Amino acid sequence: MLFKLLDKDEFKNLVNILLQSNEVIAPKQVGVNVTGKTLHQYLPVTSFDEIDLTYETTQYSAKTYFLPYKENLSTYRFDEKDWKQEIRYRQEPRVMLGLHACDIHALLKLDKVLARDNFPSPYYIARRKNAFIIGIDHEPCEGGFCRSLGTDTVNNGFDLFLTDLGERYFVSINTDLGYRVLLQVKTKDVTEEDTRKYLLTRKSISDAFQTHVNVQNLPNLLDLEFESKVWNKWGQKCLSCGSCSMVCPTCYCYGVTERVSMDFKSGAKVKQLYSCNLVDFATVAGGHNFRPNRETRLKYRYYHQHRGFVESYDEPKCVGCNRCGRVCLAEINPPDIIRDIQMEER
Amino acid sequence: MRYLSIEPTKPKVAVFDFTSCEGCELQLANKEETLVDFLKAVEIVNFREVSSAKSDDYEIAFIEGAVSRSDEIERLKKIREKARVLVALGCCACYGGVNKLKNAFDLSTANREIYGNYPKDSMPVRAIKDVVPVDMEIPGCPVNKEEIERIIQHLLLDINYNFPVYPVCVECKQKFNVCMFEKGQLCLGPIARAGCSAPCPTGGLGCYGCRGPAADPNYDEFFEIARRRGFAEQEVNERLSFFGGFNGIAMGVQK
Repeated sequence: MLFKLLDKDEFKNLVNILLQSNEVIAPKQVGVNVTGKTLHQYLPVTSFDEIDLTYETTQYSAKTYFLPYKENLSTYRFDEKDWKQEIRYRQEPRVMLGLHACDIHALLKLDKVLARDNFPSPYYIARRKNAFIIGIDHEPCEGGFCRSLGTDTVNNGFDLFLTDLGERYFVSINTDLGYRVLLQVKTKDVTEEDTRKYLLTRKSISDAFQTHVNVQNLPNLLDLEFESKVWNKWGQKCLSCGSCSMVCPTCYCYGVTERVSMDFKSGAKVKQLYSCNLVDFATVAGGHNFRPNRETRLKYRYYHQHRGFVESYDEPKCVGCNRCGRVCLAEINPPDIIRDIQMEER
Repeated sequence: MRYLSIEPTKPKVAVFDFTSCEGCELQLANKEETLVDFLKAVEIVNFREVSSAKSDDYEIAFIEGAVSRSDEIERLKKIREKARVLVALGCCACYGGVNKLKNAFDLSTANREIYGNYPKDSMPVRAIKDVVPVDMEIPGCPVNKEEIERIIQHLLLDINYNFPVYPVCVECKQKFNVCMFEKGQLCLGPIARAGCSAPCPTGGLGCYGCRGPAADPNYDEFFEIARRRGFAEQEVNERLSFFGGFNGIAMGVQK
């Protein structure tokens, strides 16, 4: 990793340069909620002033720019004898500016499933390869437990990563492209004093975490607690509305439907992200539903997050952003559920 | 045009309106970019809003609206006898719709309130299925033309059509909306059936559940959430009864 210092007005120049030839997605304030808290979303921006890098969190994760909720996988045109298939991958360059470490970790986890496992997705890879990622450090968000999962800092999966030192950013450079992009603006070398300041900033962020979740040996604990009453307690509350999966930065389950044009001359396969909490998620041909109860569906969502994914990839799928906990009207959240499961063993 | 080696049929279709605003019928005539193909795919033999044809020879009858007069019962029964497939089109036909709100009042008072000294023949509003057997129900206020197109395609190719069973929240999230509850508004999204693409929350209005309940809705928790967020029982119950899809469901009443 290379490190440089970037004055904030130079950073503004950098953003303006990127805006000239790329679509730039960045955190933008979209309103306030009923308690007066500001709400942000990752949205396309056209000027530096629209960007708010001091955002606490976003309701929706950065996932949707890599795994859109709806995606046309393939279109077909038919004539009487033959048919033609057309597939389009999204390749336009895109800058993802101001991602927090959890969202970058989420992409690294998605990479394992969608870019490197047995069935790599060309749709995902095309979007991923053509994204330039600039991350940024931040004070812990409310309810966020990324520190417990080791996703509060990040060592790869980005081009540039910023830590705010007041007048300037401490920039971690992780790729050749990041280095070359940074050459277009004035940077300074890092002094010992800057390093000290950076480490102090990092420590103060680390020390500020309020929410801690013990995930040690959690996969085994979950196996042991498969029949626990805890699942019924939380399952009874679940609305099966799928909101948790929609905002989750790593939920990637989907369904594919065929759409036919009204003249019957063309068709398309359309992929739509789905949720394992939805009532018909495990309904199969013939109408049998393997998971007809809310509590079973909720349980399996947690099993994929904290057990199944660990068995496949040696790490949990969850990044600790607590977006699911925040969005859930029934107040179902990972810290409380995991704590309950651990209490069962005492 | 054959699709996947299946030759679509071209059924004779009729559309009839009962007690309603005719907005769902208007939806059938909407979406101009595919309207010509839509009308080519079927043979319209009786549909007052789009054609002067008035044939009684039809296979599929779309019924828009609820039943609120005695002459409507007779008319509906005759249509049922003739139609091979009878489809309830829209919220009024499926559940009674907004019209059904009058059932909560004394009917003669309601009649006087609206028609003054010229009362009309009127009876408690009923959904189509409460009068004749219904083969298919397409919910919504109004119905979604895109969904109608898909349903017609399925009917023509003789393939089963599956309505979404999940709540509106899924489609609302997929529109990147801020949750209506987060904005301090009541919303039936968590218990109402999706398929509409959440136009109301997207436009800033909480869901009124015009498509009826989602499959296996969690009413207990929904009422708990409404209570916790300070919504009065009366407000929730008025919302639930607005379109008639949540018949018999009310906050503060033991099931």
